[in-house]
Amino acid sequence: MYQGLLAETVTVVGHNDDEIGAYLARPLGPGPFPGVLVIHHAPGWDTATKEIARRFAYEGYIAICPNLYHRFGPDLSTDDAAAAARAGGWVTTEQFLADAAGALRHVRGLPVSNGKVGAIGYCSGGRQSFLAACELPVDAAIDCYGAFVVNGSPPEMPLRMEPVIDRAPKISCPILGLFGVEDTRPSPDEVAQIDAELTRLGKEHEFHSFQNAGHGFFAVDRTMYRVEAAVEGWRLILDFYGRHLA
Amino acid sequence: MCSYVVEKTALTGSAKAAGTWSPINTAVVSVDHPFHAPVEHALIVDFTNAGRPVSERVALELSVASARELIACMQTALDAFGEGG
Repeated sequence: MYQGLLAETVTVVGHNDDEIGAYLARPLGPGPFPGVLVIHHAPGWDTATKEIARRFAYEGYIAICPNLYHRFGPDLSTDDAAAAARAGGWVTTEQFLADAAGALRHVRGLPVSNGKVGAIGYCSGGRQSFLAACELPVDAAIDCYGAFVVNGSPPEMPLRMEPVIDRAPKISCPILGLFGVEDTRPSPDEVAQIDAELTRLGKEHEFHSFQNAGHGFFAVDRTMYRVEAAVEGWRLILDFYGRHLA
Repeated sequence: MCSYVVEKTALTGSAKAAGTWSPINTAVVSVDHPFHAPVEHALIVDFTNAGRPVSERVALELSVASARELIACMQTALDAFGEGG
């Protein structure tokens, strides 16, 4: 069977009608293909996250990963953009949601789209994927170890990260949560609280917590990588999207 | 986790990178996932000069244990020097 994919940077219209960069990877061929919004982690629009987008394309999805740090400098290196984000207060929830909405529109506007788009995010992107499930028209959402969903940031932190669990009544799609039992943010107790709240609200969801894994177990370029959790995690992701985005 | 722990402080001094000295007036200090250091979390310090491009910053990523040792070492040196400067 022939396999091929196209990966390139594109422009999407985001918050304030700003044009921002996005990495788009999709299978070659006429489709129709489902889409995935890939939300990068706090270290930025980096090589490993773009590799995740290409993996989704390999698996038959149109993956789009907007550069949430575009406004700090579209041509900055990944580490410089992350430094600018640290110094500049990261990005607001409002800006993220509008940028993500622009990426969703871009995918759905492609002739090869089947109209369905899921969201997935890692680390800070996990919380943002949860936000997308609450606020945006996504068809399935995956939260990979997102912190500050049920508890906000500690009061001693200068940057306040608000919890987002209060938005859960607005969730309009199934949720998959993937966590490590050794993580501290989110801790197993926090994961249990999110799970319980989604159950209480009658929101379709499935949570998996992996032994011998902490935060960031999908990160192939970091010491947190855990092969068993990552391999099983990818299987669960593809099964979940296969059921909800086909 | 992505901790979002960030502190800033003004300072007076200079830093050298790529063979060139530059004045610096700000340090942005965070404890979060590093870009390059092979540790889960690092003390990240970006020494910057306001108004200059972020690409000209002088950056450090230290393991948390190393950072604590460095802070103690610096404090010891400053204590040995005494007041003034």
